[in-house]
Amino acid sequence: MQSEWKFTAKDIVEKPDLFMSGHRACAGCAPATVMRLIMKALRGPTIVTHATGCMEVVSTIYPYTSWAVPWLHTAFENAAANASGIETAVKMLRKKGRIKYEHVDVIAIAGDGGTYDIGIQALSGAAERGHDFLFVLYDNEAYMNTGIQRSGGTPLGASTTTSPAGEVIPGKLEPKKPIADIMVAHEIPYVATASPYYWRDLIAKVRKGLEVEGPAFLHVFAPCPRGWRSDPAKSIELSRLAVETCVFPLWECINGEYQLSAPSKVLAMAPQKKKPVKEYLAVQGRFRHLFAPKYEKLLDEIQRITDQRWRKLLKKCGMAVV
Amino acid sequence: MAVPKARRDMPLTPISYPTFGSMGKTGSWRTFRPIIDYSKCTKCTLCWVYCPDVAITRREDDSPEIDYEYCKGCGICANECPVKAITMQREEE
Repeated sequence: MQSEWKFTAKDIVEKPDLFMSGHRACAGCAPATVMRLIMKALRGPTIVTHATGCMEVVSTIYPYTSWAVPWLHTAFENAAANASGIETAVKMLRKKGRIKYEHVDVIAIAGDGGTYDIGIQALSGAAERGHDFLFVLYDNEAYMNTGIQRSGGTPLGASTTTSPAGEVIPGKLEPKKPIADIMVAHEIPYVATASPYYWRDLIAKVRKGLEVEGPAFLHVFAPCPRGWRSDPAKSIELSRLAVETCVFPLWECINGEYQLSAPSKVLAMAPQKKKPVKEYLAVQGRFRHLFAPKYEKLLDEIQRITDQRWRKLLKKCGMAVV
Repeated sequence: MAVPKARRDMPLTPISYPTFGSMGKTGSWRTFRPIIDYSKCTKCTLCWVYCPDVAITRREDDSPEIDYEYCKGCGICANECPVKAITMQREEE
C-alpha cells in the first residue's frame, strides 16, 4: 500500500486549523502540536472520539470545544470500542440512505494510559474485529492529566509521583512496553510510529492510516514539559533527540512488513550519527537522579536496552545490524 | 455556530460548540514574549508548524505573525527557529 497523497507545505497551509487556539494545555505542550498536525491530514468528513486524557481535558470545557470536527468524549477504557461503534453506525446509516457521505473516517485518540494500560482490551478487540478506523496513541509516558503517575509507557528510570526516585528506588523499575509491536502482532494492515519534529512524516503517516482499509495504529511520541520536568521550549527538540538516540525509532509496518522511516533509516545507514542516550536523558528533570553516582549503573542499563531494541528492529526491517 | 452566552441558552444535552479561546485569552499566562526579527526571517514557517497553541498565523507573503492573545510564551518557536530570528523577552520589559 502506497499513499498517493503527495502534499506540499502549501496544501497544509490552506487547510483550516481544526484544532483551535485558546485551549488550556500547558505552555510547550507537544501533544497539542500533535493534535493540530493530525487534523491537517484529514481527507474528508471525519469523526473523532477521544478517551479521557490530557488532550480531552484541555480542549473541551463545557460548553466549548477547541475541535472543529464532530468529536465525542468517552471513558478511559473504551476509545477503540467507541470508534468501532461509530464506524458501524455510519455504515448502517449509509445502507439506510440516511447520510449522504460516501465515506466517513473515524479517528480514536488516546493517551498512553488509555492505550497501554486501561484501553488495551478495547483496542485489541476492535483490531481483531477489523473495524476501519485509525487509532492514534499520543505517548507522553505517564498519566500526566491526573498528576504524573507511572503507566505502562513510562520508561525505565523515570521518576514519577508513583515511582519517585530517592533512597530506595531509582524511579520506575520496568522498561517501556513495546505497544506498537503488540499491535503488529494483531496482524492489522498498518502500524507506524511518528514524532512531531518530523512533521511531514507524521502527517503522511496519519493520511496512510486513514486511507488503509481496516484498523490502523499510530504511535506518536509527545513530550510533556510538565511531567518530564523539561524546559517548555525544548519539547519539540526532545522529540527529535528521542529519534536521534534511537530511544524512539520511526518505522512503519505495512501488512506485516517492517520498514524504517527516513529519519531512522539515516541512523541505520550511518551508525556514527546515532547519539548516546545520555544526551536525551540529560535535558529531562525526571532522569536527573541518574546522573548522581548512586544510580550511574542504570544509565548503562538504559543504553543497553535501547541498543538491544534498536538491533531487534533493524533485524525486523532487514537492515544490516551494526 | 452560535456559542450560548448564558446558562438558559444552553441546550439540554451536553453539546459543546467549537470556538477559539475555550479557556479564554490564554495570552495572559505568558512570562516571556516571542519577538520576530523580520530582517532575519527566511519564511521557512517552522514556527508556524510547531506552535502548540496555533498562535502563529501566516501573512500573505508567508512571513509569520504572532497572535499575542493566545500565545502562552512557551518558546518552542524561538528554540526551533533555524536562523534564531525569534527572541524571547520578559513581559514587563
